[in-house]
Amino acid sequence: MRTALVGKPIDVAAIAAEVVSPEDGALSLFIGTVRNSNQGRAVDAIEYNVYAPMAEREMTALAHEAAAQFGTSHIVIEHRTGYVALGEASVAIAVAHPHRANAMDASRWIIEALKTRVPIWKLEHYTDGTREWVEHGQVPHA
Amino acid sequence: MQTMLTFDVLLFASYADAAGSSSIRVTVPPGAAVQDVLDAVRVAAPALSLPTRPLVAVNHRYAKADVAVAAGDELALIPPVAGG
Repeated sequence: MRTALVGKPIDVAAIAAEVVSPEDGALSLFIGTVRNSNQGRAVDAIEYNVYAPMAEREMTALAHEAAAQFGTSHIVIEHRTGYVALGEASVAIAVAHPHRANAMDASRWIIEALKTRVPIWKLEHYTDGTREWVEHGQVPHA
Repeated sequence: MQTMLTFDVLLFASYADAAGSSSIRVTVPPGAAVQDVLDAVRVAAPALSLPTRPLVAVNHRYAKADVAVAAGDELALIPPVAGG
């Protein structure tokens, strides 16, 4: 199990190779990428602002919770920081498990929980030169 | 007499932009809770129009309004998160 905030492009193949082991029959890999539009506005890039020590703590907690809930410790989560270009991976979640259902369910659970709990914010850079913080109302509960 | 507690409350993303700073210094009485810190932040940074019940982290954990704060705690205001 490993989680990390990373300042350079995520090596997805390396994460997949890292997480899978001979007892696993399934590897589920979720990759979040930077999209070229949001709510009708053309996007050039995203800049991630991170409260690093808390984000690391929450990502580690998520991995442990997923391990307990889905029965595998073969989990890697990486999230980018700083400026991320169009099409690049902003987040990658790899989960391996003996069976596919648990691997896929765990990966889905992790990305949904990450989006509500981990203190990371995105500043969208629009093609028209403006910038705006994305606040979809994803509000974690204390 | 007990000394007052001073914190540099961390701000991020839209909160930091609104306040024009990545932290805001507040002073609260001994025995204060998260709510007292929030009240002090509203006074110290009126440009930072916080929601009614903003999220607060104490030492990297989400904390409710009635949680007590102590000298040396790391306090942060958490805008709605948007990772992924």
